[in-house]
Amino acid sequence: MKKIEVIQNILEANETIANQNQQLLDKHKVFAINIMSAPGAGKTSLILQTLKRLKSKLNMAVIEGDVASTVDAEKVQSETKAVVQINTRNMPESCSLMAAMIEPALKDLPLDNIELLLIENVGNLICPSEFTLGEHKRVVISSLPEGDDKPIKYPLIFIDADVVIINKMDLLPYVDFDIAAFRRSIAGLNPKAEVFQLSCKTSEGIERWCSWVLEQVETNATKL
Amino acid sequence: MFHQMHEFGVTENIVNIALAKAGEAQASKVIQINIVIGEMAGFVPDCIQFYFDSLSKDTIAQGAVLHFELVPAQLRCRNCSTIFHPQDTLWSCPKCQGQSVEIFQGRELYIESMEVE
Repeated sequence: MKKIEVIQNILEANETIANQNQQLLDKHKVFAINIMSAPGAGKTSLILQTLKRLKSKLNMAVIEGDVASTVDAEKVQSETKAVVQINTRNMPESCSLMAAMIEPALKDLPLDNIELLLIENVGNLICPSEFTLGEHKRVVISSLPEGDDKPIKYPLIFIDADVVIINKMDLLPYVDFDIAAFRRSIAGLNPKAEVFQLSCKTSEGIERWCSWVLEQVETNATKL
Repeated sequence: MFHQMHEFGVTENIVNIALAKAGEAQASKVIQINIVIGEMAGFVPDCIQFYFDSLSKDTIAQGAVLHFELVPAQLRCRNCSTIFHPQDTLWSCPKCQGQSVEIFQGRELYIESMEVE
């Protein structure tokens, strides 16, 4: 028996494919956002609001990572033709999207005609934190009914986020969610994260989010 | 269709790396794979072993033991640079009580070495 030294990152395979995905996106000047949250926090609603508000300004596409249905893709189809549903590809249902699942999805999208790609990850605050997909920005949504302790309970996903969105602000009078405490937790874990407070239902705060998205897409396009 | 945890993809990587390295070393059997895993890495060792047993079937890694070395989580206070092990879910610095902290170690996931024949 002999011992051989290996020292190899096990996640490297995912990171390699993620880098290739990003190169492909950059080549076609597509800006990609990975949207993560617990189930029901409002990923699909945020995508629908973004598509509605920005469709006159940007060409957009959506990748839906739902594990076992096409309901989200069907909703999104009313706003954009360019939708790819991951779970229709004979892939086993997974608790998170991974870079290798995005790679074939990108082949199905008319990348030359797209400026913004919204990727809806699987509803989960644990697993998606370990996998990059090739996105330019990572967005995590927390909604008021979930409680203000989510950054403390699931720190990794918040540590790696570029943006944290507090959704369902219209429910503030009815739930015990301490906005200041939540924002303090985020500031402690990830001082660079931008925080948006909004409601996909009433559209409060959506304008500001959409301006940020538009600015990111434009900045990225000039860099390439 | 069956439901799959994210350890599945990770275990596929482990099998691929192990078989490639064993091939380079002209080994005929993989006996043990030593994996370093951070306390805060979002992967469950038992789940990796479970997938490994099925993914390594009919390869020279079949029956190999996965040995996990756990790296304890360490946080660093952004205010006073104290490095500490988080005691509970509240990550405040034991020295200055600061709440602004970063992960110093504990997210590792790599194959350190292998024992082969």
